[in-house]
Amino acid sequence: MIQISPVTKIRRHRELPVPGKIIVRQAQKVEALDIIAETILAPEHLMLDIARSLNVSTEKADDLIQRAAGETINKDDLIAGPVGITQRVVRAPRSGRIVVAGDGLVLLQVNSTPYEVHAGMPGTVTDLIPDRGAVVEATGALIQGVWGNGQTEFGLMQTKLESPDDQLTTDHLDVSLRGSIILGGYCADPQVFQKADEIPLRGLILTSMDSALIPLAQKAPFPILILEGFGFHPLSAIGYNVLTTNNGREISLNAQARDHYKGIRPEIVIPLDVSREPEDVSLAVEDFAPGHSVRVVRAPHIGKTGTIETLSHEPIQFPSGVCAFGADIVLSDNERATVPLVNLEKVA
Amino acid sequence: MTSSVVSTDSILTIDIGTITTRVSLFDVVGECYRFIASGTAPTTIAPPFSDIREGVTRAINHLQTITGRVLVGMDGTLLIPSHPDGTGVDAVAATLSAGPEIKIVAVGLLEDVSLESARNLATTTYATVSEMVSLNDRRKQDARIDAILRVRPDLVIVAGGIDGGATQSVHKLLEAVGLACFLMPRNQRPQVLYAGNSSIQEEIQETIAPITDLHIAPNIRPGIHSEQLTPAQVTLSKIFKAVRAQQMFGVSDLDQWSGGRLLPTSTAFGRIIRFLSHIYDPNKGVLGVDVGASSTTVATALKGKLAMRVFPQLGLGAKLENLLKYIPVEHIAYWLSEEISRSSVRDYLYNKAAHPASLPATVEEMDIEQAIARQIMRAAVSQVMSALPFEIKGPGADLLPWFEPILASGSVLSHAPTPGQSLLMLLDGLQPSGITTVVLDQNDLLASLGAAADVNPLMAVQVLESHAFLNIGTVIAPVGRARKGIPVIRVQATFEDGSETKIEVKYGSIEVIPLPSGQSAQLQLRPLHRFDVGMGGPGRGGRVRVVGGSLGIIIDARGRPLHLPSDPELRRESMKRWLWTLVN
Repeated sequence: MIQISPVTKIRRHRELPVPGKIIVRQAQKVEALDIIAETILAPEHLMLDIARSLNVSTEKADDLIQRAAGETINKDDLIAGPVGITQRVVRAPRSGRIVVAGDGLVLLQVNSTPYEVHAGMPGTVTDLIPDRGAVVEATGALIQGVWGNGQTEFGLMQTKLESPDDQLTTDHLDVSLRGSIILGGYCADPQVFQKADEIPLRGLILTSMDSALIPLAQKAPFPILILEGFGFHPLSAIGYNVLTTNNGREISLNAQARDHYKGIRPEIVIPLDVSREPEDVSLAVEDFAPGHSVRVVRAPHIGKTGTIETLSHEPIQFPSGVCAFGADIVLSDNERATVPLVNLEKVA
Repeated sequence: MTSSVVSTDSILTIDIGTITTRVSLFDVVGECYRFIASGTAPTTIAPPFSDIREGVTRAINHLQTITGRVLVGMDGTLLIPSHPDGTGVDAVAATLSAGPEIKIVAVGLLEDVSLESARNLATTTYATVSEMVSLNDRRKQDARIDAILRVRPDLVIVAGGIDGGATQSVHKLLEAVGLACFLMPRNQRPQVLYAGNSSIQEEIQETIAPITDLHIAPNIRPGIHSEQLTPAQVTLSKIFKAVRAQQMFGVSDLDQWSGGRLLPTSTAFGRIIRFLSHIYDPNKGVLGVDVGASSTTVATALKGKLAMRVFPQLGLGAKLENLLKYIPVEHIAYWLSEEISRSSVRDYLYNKAAHPASLPATVEEMDIEQAIARQIMRAAVSQVMSALPFEIKGPGADLLPWFEPILASGSVLSHAPTPGQSLLMLLDGLQPSGITTVVLDQNDLLASLGAAADVNPLMAVQVLESHAFLNIGTVIAPVGRARKGIPVIRVQATFEDGSETKIEVKYGSIEVIPLPSGQSAQLQLRPLHRFDVGMGGPGRGGRVRVVGGSLGIIIDARGRPLHLPSDPELRRESMKRWLWTLVN
């Protein structure tokens, strides 16, 4: 299921991949860039061979170790010794925490920059997930995409999309857009990323992109989110309406990589104040029925949205020769199409 | 078959794939076991369900609708055993391939000895080796620890030391593993599989077992030149279950339903291929290839010895996003029969990766999909054949050995629009040599039968011989090189009714002699210009009895290795001509 909604309740788990420290509290209001939880993702250790450094036996070294596992130490703090005429000692080469001490060795976990999980959107913490993070809820417009380069940002969205089949070129970008997130059309020009970096932009939302640009997009220092797919594909009518009517608003651009196992997609959240709380549709099941809004995910109608008119009761043969259950759809441009059910995703 | 041999037990198999959950019912019909029907549903690992049981329930409901047989009780649980009124089933066998790749750290003494064996063991399941530690590793102990911690592995495989050999070095390497495990939160610690020098198993038990889950298997490298992976593979299957049970909801229940016999799909696939190698021609190997959404598995077996490899990077679903790291786009475009740009092929890979369950609906997309499948098989088979641990006779280096039969599974092959398309993908991707039968797993049952063989081996045999599988036909692929248009083989077919057909097949062409399923024919083969059909050497022919299939007898005289025209237009014309021959 893809979510493209002008207003909906958005509920997102913000979790660390490994246990860590939760920064927020229940019912706390958070901004997009607020830290939810943090941890040391890739700890760095130093093994200090006390016995060898002090030139003593392992047993003697253990007696000389002055610190215990769990202790926090600063650089140059005494760790072991003194011993001998010259009063040899071992001092901490860096600040950190002792994690193992014994058998003539000390293992020091050095202080390093923590990995942080951010709220990703302005909202309220509704649940805490022990040691891992929290659930953040917000209300607003939600537009999910198909690909992201793994980065997130929050900022003002400005559209450079005059029609759903527009193309984004360097001519669309100038210094007046500095610090903005730009909504553009199809992109096939690597210079666009370079100019975006020079201005600099805070992020790019593209309707579609030439897949040859993927390596560049992955290296870009700002988030890039692709809405429809690779190759030239116009923006769906519903996506176009939701995004262009919110031009000039602050948005959360979460260009996270897609994870099919966790059901994670790159997405844009546009926080909105609404008087009545909308329904949470994220738990809806991908069963199709006449009247459902759908998006086609494969050629020849990739990216188009429409409404299911009828469902086939028997497998249908498609031009490729493949036989599958299908649906007759009225597309948003009033064209009719028969599409394999597996090539549809429900629009919620 | 007498009724005394056949028990009346019915079996339900459950296969959880990345995209589809399939349940299949097998029961006694007359005096033989038969495949009754399958029910399918989308796999439900991801939200909103995040529990594989929901997909199983939906697939069983589908099966109940198809068969009219009640399999689930009022309380929603499977009815095991079956009841006298015909409801329920007597046994369940289950296989699982869904889930992220298992992250492995391989530890061994020497890079090209025990570490290589540890890596080889890892390639027999849905895993990726993310880090390696060996004596050749010049990093300090703390750097090794950090490297293991960075990976956050699901499993550490420790090999090293031939039996009776080095022990000190193994202990030194294990220190890094033990410390790294100790530094992880208890519920995040990896499983450790020790399959090294068996003389120090007790010491390993004392040092590692208090820290994390330790599994001990027989030494995978008992001698410098000998590798034995099979016993450790059994342990690896158990570890796979444990890892998956931590990652996904419902795995423990699935294992319980199947009486603790839940298997990785690849293991079950390998088991059925090994099983078949006892039945078929002992002078030839059996080859199985399964091209799936999340991986490709190639299994070969000879007289009960199995060599298997899983390629988690070669899948036709979400894995396509990374396929270009392993296969250049030009190699895929090589197999296209339509004029499609390389950028369109590349765009296709990423669009399909974003929607792995989707199907090609246009002629162009089907052409790309099948081109990818060809190149994936090419890449996988060439790697397996270059490192076979036993010798299967064949026509020479870099060519596929003699196999009988070849079994093909995976929806790109089994659900191709026509058997001719399936066969051409297999002929191009595998490039079989000599005389072989090609069987299509049209109901996606092979792995399920491998799992069920443990419960009821007779059922596996009887279902394999039934119409549940599509025998495409007998392929005759003479090996050699010639100029295009030169006759390379004369084939005389004598049918059951006494009628005869004689054809002379020219180099660069494919010809078909129709022979329906259930019929057989006597073939007289006369290879010309020292072409080799595996009947005793180059130029040697003879008589052979073959069975029919959906296409009959297919003579692939394009030579081996297969070289397509270098001119793209000529190549596309050739592809279309060959396809036309097999489809019409």
